[in-house]
Amino acid sequence: MSITIIKAGLFTTVQDVGRKGFQHLGINPNGAMDALAMQIANVLIQNKSDEAVIEFFYPAPVIRFNASGFIALSGADFGATINEIPIPINHPIFVPENAVLSFTKKISGHIAYLAIQGGLELNEWMNSYSTNTRAGAGGVEGRVLIKDDEIHFKATALQENKQSQLQVLPWMADTKGLYQSQSLRYLPGNEFSQLNTFSQQFMTNAQFTILADSDRMGYRLKGPVLKCKKQMELISSGVTNGTIQLLPNGQCIVLLADHQTSGGYPRIGHIIQSDIPTLVQQSPGSIIRLIPVNMETAEKINNRQAQYLQQLKNACTLQLNAYHRH
Amino acid sequence: MKKTIAHIYALGDQAITIEWSASISEEANNQVMHSFHFLQLHPIEGVTDIIPAYCSLTLIYNSTIIRKQAMGGSPFEWLKKKLASLAVAPRETIQNTVPLIIPVCYDLSLAPDLVEATQLTGCSIEELIALHTSEIYTVYMLGFLPGFAYMASVNKKIQMPRKANPRKLVAAGSIGIAGEQTGIYPLEAPGGWQLIGQTPLKIFDISKEEPCLFKPGNKVKFEAISLEQFHQFNAA
Repeated sequence: MSITIIKAGLFTTVQDVGRKGFQHLGINPNGAMDALAMQIANVLIQNKSDEAVIEFFYPAPVIRFNASGFIALSGADFGATINEIPIPINHPIFVPENAVLSFTKKISGHIAYLAIQGGLELNEWMNSYSTNTRAGAGGVEGRVLIKDDEIHFKATALQENKQSQLQVLPWMADTKGLYQSQSLRYLPGNEFSQLNTFSQQFMTNAQFTILADSDRMGYRLKGPVLKCKKQMELISSGVTNGTIQLLPNGQCIVLLADHQTSGGYPRIGHIIQSDIPTLVQQSPGSIIRLIPVNMETAEKINNRQAQYLQQLKNACTLQLNAYHRH
Repeated sequence: MKKTIAHIYALGDQAITIEWSASISEEANNQVMHSFHFLQLHPIEGVTDIIPAYCSLTLIYNSTIIRKQAMGGSPFEWLKKKLASLAVAPRETIQNTVPLIIPVCYDLSLAPDLVEATQLTGCSIEELIALHTSEIYTVYMLGFLPGFAYMASVNKKIQMPRKANPRKLVAAGSIGIAGEQTGIYPLEAPGGWQLIGQTPLKIFDISKEEPCLFKPGNKVKFEAISLEQFHQFNAA
């Protein structure tokens, strides 16, 4: 029971919810950039929501299924096909043996996820399957996936259900309410008040363009030059996923999954965790706006998102169980 | 003992920071380390990471789990209240632990900035080595790279600024100085510190159960070795 990478794609890696508990050693968390899409893909096929998945960008990989199984795609829509037959994202799909999964065009979003029922058969490093390309650890040999990599997946009872036809199961995850358009909500950071009055206003009125040199470490934003009231020398301290740092050139970077564990630049804001999926699904060149919210609002939105995932999980379990009883 | 009032603030909606001081001080760092060790011994369910820095401690948390503990209330407010008691508790000075001895070869072939360092500091190579090896350093925090330890304080006479143009590639094991800090590159990486030597030890080793040699709070002393000893070390 395995898949084989026929074509590597741009930056294809194994990720899960990330490596937790080792940031005090400078070991960055890694994990899926869009943790929401990763969990949705898993939940659709009754995996544990934190099971390891394959994360990829466009150009996407081409993958052969050496055995049949259930899969789900979520996040970006890259026009997926199985044996050249178009298949939708956010649905459970039965893939027959020797089928080839490939992608035709970038339709929406920037990062896609493939979950396989049962999960990937790999070794954990520091309690996580996530690939840390810098340390060369986790995932598959600590690196991006390359042509001819073979990854085994675990057997599940449901796969006993032998069939030979591609099948798109009729239920889906409706993700519309989970992603914002292009307005991202943020909490002002500890150094926000150090910005001069103009810069504070710019931050909420201006448009920011996502630059081409954005990657898994962070998305660089091009906007008006922001300035502090006075030159600041900060002592390095903790930063996290979503932290908006002001760089010395007056431009911002939003730290993401592969971020360093500490930093010394002013932290002028933090994208709320519920909106990080929306941010990472913007391609370079996209224009975004930043909208300030307070903690109460941020926490309310988080809670709603957590509840949505729980409901989806319950619904998928019911549907899949009913399907297999047929 | 002088009482330090800690400042507790949100670092977004999934992290919280306690800051004891806005400048580097032994006393503030003692409080950081005490709280760090206390929270490691008495973990809060839902807190996934505890990251000490020079004068602050950051906790990363899972807001869904904390919300349950807060009986549906605000995860941030619940954690803030919990940490407030921790932040003002009296602290005694941390006992000095036995320093880790790190062998360093200061041979010019492994120390690309040593000559420049003599020009920047006005010290001879011998003086520079003597001053770098005489101090017992404290690991204040780890960051930048897996296992990269920020150690201080370097003797004033050999403090020097970072390089104006960072190197694209620094060899693993390289020892650098940046201001009052000294550190060792655990991996081959880009870097801007002035490189004055190299250790044959593996600072970061993914094959080990504990891949990082250093932990926050460690004491460290450097010991000069010859080029021959350096190569013997690698051969062994």
